[in-house]
Amino acid sequence: MKRWTKQMTRIAGLITAGALVAACGAGGRPSSGSNSSGGGAAQVGITKDTVTVGATFPLTGVAAPGYSEIPTGAQAYFDYVNANGGVNGRKIKYIVRDDGYDPTTTSEVTNELVLKDQVFAMLGALGTPTHTAVVDFLNSEKVPDLFVSSGSIQWGDDPKAKHYTFGWQPDYEIEGKIIGQWVAKNMPDAKVGLFLQDDDLGRDSEKGVRQYLDKKIVKVQRYTAGNTDVAPQIAALKASGADLVLGFNVPSYTALSQLVALKLNYKPKWFYSNIGSDAELVGNLLSKFSEGAVHGTDPLDGVLTTAYIPGVDATDNAWAKLWQKVWDKHGKDGHLTNYRIYGMSEAYAFVQALQAAGKNPTREGIVNAVEKMGNAAGPPLAPFRYSADSHLGISGMRVVQLKGGKSNPLTPVLVTDIGAAPIKEDDSAAKDSPPASGIPEVKPAG
Amino acid sequence: MQQLLTTSLTGLTLGMVYAAFALALVLIWRSTRIVNFAQAPMAMITTYVALVVVDAGMSYWIGFVAALLSGLVLGAVIERVVIRPVEGKPEINAIILTLGLFVVIHAVAAIIFGSGFRSFPAPFGLRGFEAGGVTIALTGFAVFTICSVVVVMLLLVALFHHTDVGLKMRASAFNQEVSRMLGVKVTRMLTLGWALAAVVGSLSGLLIAGGNLVYPSYMDSVVVYGFVAAVLGGLDSPVGAVVGGLLLGLGLSFVSGYVGSDLVALASLAILIVVLLVRPAGLFSHATARTV
Amino acid sequence: MSSVAFGSLTGRLRRTPLRRNLIGGLIGLVIVILVLESVSPFRQGQFATMAYLGIAVGGLTVLTGLNGQLSLGHGALMAVGAYTAALMLHNVEKPLPLPVIMLLSVLVTVVVGAVVGVAAARLHGPYIAGATLAMAVAVPGIASFFGDTLGGEQGLSVSTPEAPGWFADAVYFLTAHDITGTKYLAYIGWIGLIISFVLLANLSASRVGRTWRAVRDDEVAAELAGINVGRARVKAFVVSAACAGLAGSVMAMVVRIAAPSGFTLTLSLSLLTAVVLGGLGSLVGALIGAALLTFLPQTVTGLGQSLGLTDLQSAQLAPLVYGLTLVLVILLAPAGLVGTIRNAWRRRQSPDTGSIHPQQEATP
Repeated sequence: MKRWTKQMTRIAGLITAGALVAACGAGGRPSSGSNSSGGGAAQVGITKDTVTVGATFPLTGVAAPGYSEIPTGAQAYFDYVNANGGVNGRKIKYIVRDDGYDPTTTSEVTNELVLKDQVFAMLGALGTPTHTAVVDFLNSEKVPDLFVSSGSIQWGDDPKAKHYTFGWQPDYEIEGKIIGQWVAKNMPDAKVGLFLQDDDLGRDSEKGVRQYLDKKIVKVQRYTAGNTDVAPQIAALKASGADLVLGFNVPSYTALSQLVALKLNYKPKWFYSNIGSDAELVGNLLSKFSEGAVHGTDPLDGVLTTAYIPGVDATDNAWAKLWQKVWDKHGKDGHLTNYRIYGMSEAYAFVQALQAAGKNPTREGIVNAVEKMGNAAGPPLAPFRYSADSHLGISGMRVVQLKGGKSNPLTPVLVTDIGAAPIKEDDSAAKDSPPASGIPEVKPAG
Repeated sequence: MQQLLTTSLTGLTLGMVYAAFALALVLIWRSTRIVNFAQAPMAMITTYVALVVVDAGMSYWIGFVAALLSGLVLGAVIERVVIRPVEGKPEINAIILTLGLFVVIHAVAAIIFGSGFRSFPAPFGLRGFEAGGVTIALTGFAVFTICSVVVVMLLLVALFHHTDVGLKMRASAFNQEVSRMLGVKVTRMLTLGWALAAVVGSLSGLLIAGGNLVYPSYMDSVVVYGFVAAVLGGLDSPVGAVVGGLLLGLGLSFVSGYVGSDLVALASLAILIVVLLVRPAGLFSHATARTV
Repeated sequence: MSSVAFGSLTGRLRRTPLRRNLIGGLIGLVIVILVLESVSPFRQGQFATMAYLGIAVGGLTVLTGLNGQLSLGHGALMAVGAYTAALMLHNVEKPLPLPVIMLLSVLVTVVVGAVVGVAAARLHGPYIAGATLAMAVAVPGIASFFGDTLGGEQGLSVSTPEAPGWFADAVYFLTAHDITGTKYLAYIGWIGLIISFVLLANLSASRVGRTWRAVRDDEVAAELAGINVGRARVKAFVVSAACAGLAGSVMAMVVRIAAPSGFTLTLSLSLLTAVVLGGLGSLVGALIGAALLTFLPQTVTGLGQSLGLTDLQSAQLAPLVYGLTLVLVILLAPAGLVGTIRNAWRRRQSPDTGSIHPQQEATP
């Protein structure tokens, strides 16, 4: 009797478990989106009146300060566009998922976005280590992976292998080159130390910097995102005698490096790359530490960095005015920050791409449209490099110095490309202004 | 030389914090024979209480006191409501229970306070000072850390050895049956033990948070280090907890400075294994191990 | 045929644990095929996740339930398996056949498990919990330190292997459906799970299993009865490590990456939750626990959103439920879900000790 009970328990358990999970599988029937789309059939993520895009962002975790605001800016701009009729009669639906800057989570939520939410395209997914985990998947699933929010060169240097992926911001290698050249010209006697994130962010930046500063680098230190103890690295930089430190890191680590330097009484000149240098954000992080003794944006006064889109401080700029208008109308909590502007600028580029893809956009179609977007007029200070041979984004930036929360340009717009390409001055794109409606008016690509 | 000095000072400061945490673990172990793995998130959530107070504009010290008080209450409540039912039951139950608390408190903190990285103030300044061309990486806050832990330890010693309540608590920990017969309200002493331990834990949470980034998981590695420190010194011995904490802090600081900060957790694991294989009772323990 | 003959046939089938378990496994395989063929690719991915979690939880529940060793470090053992598989699948043109890769992952994890098991065999209660906790926290750091070979924080990306021709044909023959990458992984995971569960169930019902239970219940008595306690403990640890390694290798392929961030303390605690929920020692419970780990978060998150919480807050509801489960199960139903049902089914002669361990098994 007992054996029978045990056997029945086992079978009943298995059947129950199977039935339970089958019942859970309410997404039962394979939906039409799971077919790889043949020509003409309904496109994934596009209906008569909506187009769905997805993105992964670190809304929690070590990279969240600052970066979690980017999608709020993009959402505000999409709300603005939707309120004005959308694109070709379609409203843009923007799904954002948190990945905590953790590549394993990125893989899981990207799976959700592509297979469950059935997005038409990914837009602005953030992070070098995080997006590396999913770029092959997106390309094999033929999902347009537009305007990745990261400067790694892998999003655009090999369009044959990664046909569907495009970068947007200037990549870290050209940023490293421009920074390197500026330092070589203006601070020829500097002893340079590098403070790098230990992944492609750091590697690509270092490659660019070494083109101009190879002999002058006295120490390279790397940190792991997630491990907030950077005292050994800063101590090593101090011990090496570096009097200029180039930091290629996320904003939390800008704050941490400043803090540790304070503790060790280490006062080099600091040059942070664009992604880590927002004065307001870092200032907020730091002022708390010192109980308000250090105010507002002061901690970063004198720090050098780069800029490639007009920021909050450029109050005379037409783009900045547009963003402020959009935020006032559609922004949720908080005020306009540079990260929100970044999100809006990316969203603007997406609207341009979607318009260029025509009345009935397809995934292939939008990829072709972006490849032809090289000269599109938009907020970036330098033109895009999109073509059939390169999916890299903005081609240059200015070197600026921070003071009182404002950035003072020290150079004109400098433009270059990866590899041995020279650095030239090119102010042409900086003169673009937005259309009166604030919404691009792009004709469908040929 | 500079690096040696910096590493040692950092290790000393950190060691004091681990000592405080280990002390909290030992207090609970002695009274209820349970290792409170939930001590870390308990300390974390009381630090968030302080953060809320500070954000509301009040001074750091009010936040400090608020954190300690909330720790007191939290420890007492947890013992009374959650732990009481498993005292005396097989130990695996208690372990799983504290782990469950670990997860619950974590999630509650993330829901209420958000998972973002917040900076936490540090009084007495964060600047190291120069002395004869060598930087002493001892910030004002570090000095405060060391002093406050020492003060707390002295207070605890005074409590346990020179007051009536302390005597009762020690008696309850030593032999519950006999103490009960002698009129000691044992259950109340156990609750008090947990409450005091939670206060010490909260202190260590505040000290780690100062001048650092606070997020729901920031104390998680400390529970490991605190446990290793407590085992190193002997789970039964408060003095051992302090010594173990200091030794561990110094050791880990040297690993971080000279080998790599990624391997710190592995180093603590190595130390733990060595201790458990060579001298399982810890450096200062009086109890003899039961061998099979 | 007469009912007597039929009865003796089923009786013969049911007689030995091996046959019972094999039949259970076959029935399971049929159910798996039915379910996998009828759901969407996204669900198939979720089932693949459930499979590898099930394997890990199965190994852990045998270790903790049958042998009494509480391990908080099985997430780290999964990492060992995952990284081994990832090293063989990262940027490799022609990867080795999948069963070979999985076997190698298991072997490597078994070696690590043996080392840890030897150290852990001498420990009990909070000491083994603390030591394995330290292991769970320490192992991800190793991957970061050896960043060059192991990919650092960014991890090693894993390309989904293609189904071999004969497998795709077999599936088409059985089900008239083609096989996609996700479905292939789900099949691999579930076949692995069925195989390991059949093995675990056999072990559990065999002499080895009885030895383990004896060690769990009373060390001294077991020694007196001639059992080498240390060796039994290490054996149990090694078996559970093998399961964790297998689970890790499947996980690397399903998640397409092996990175330190995938193996945090949270993973180990989740495995423990699944074990406790299902009831220590119960394989069916392990399956239920794994199902809850896979499917509960979405349900709970949806619930949170409809209650008005933000997305981020709703995402924390799943861990909250896990933690509350652990607490409530210990306080109210120490035998776990399956155990409580089992106890209610049996007429108990002896009073319930309130221990979380399953009731003493009567003689076979």
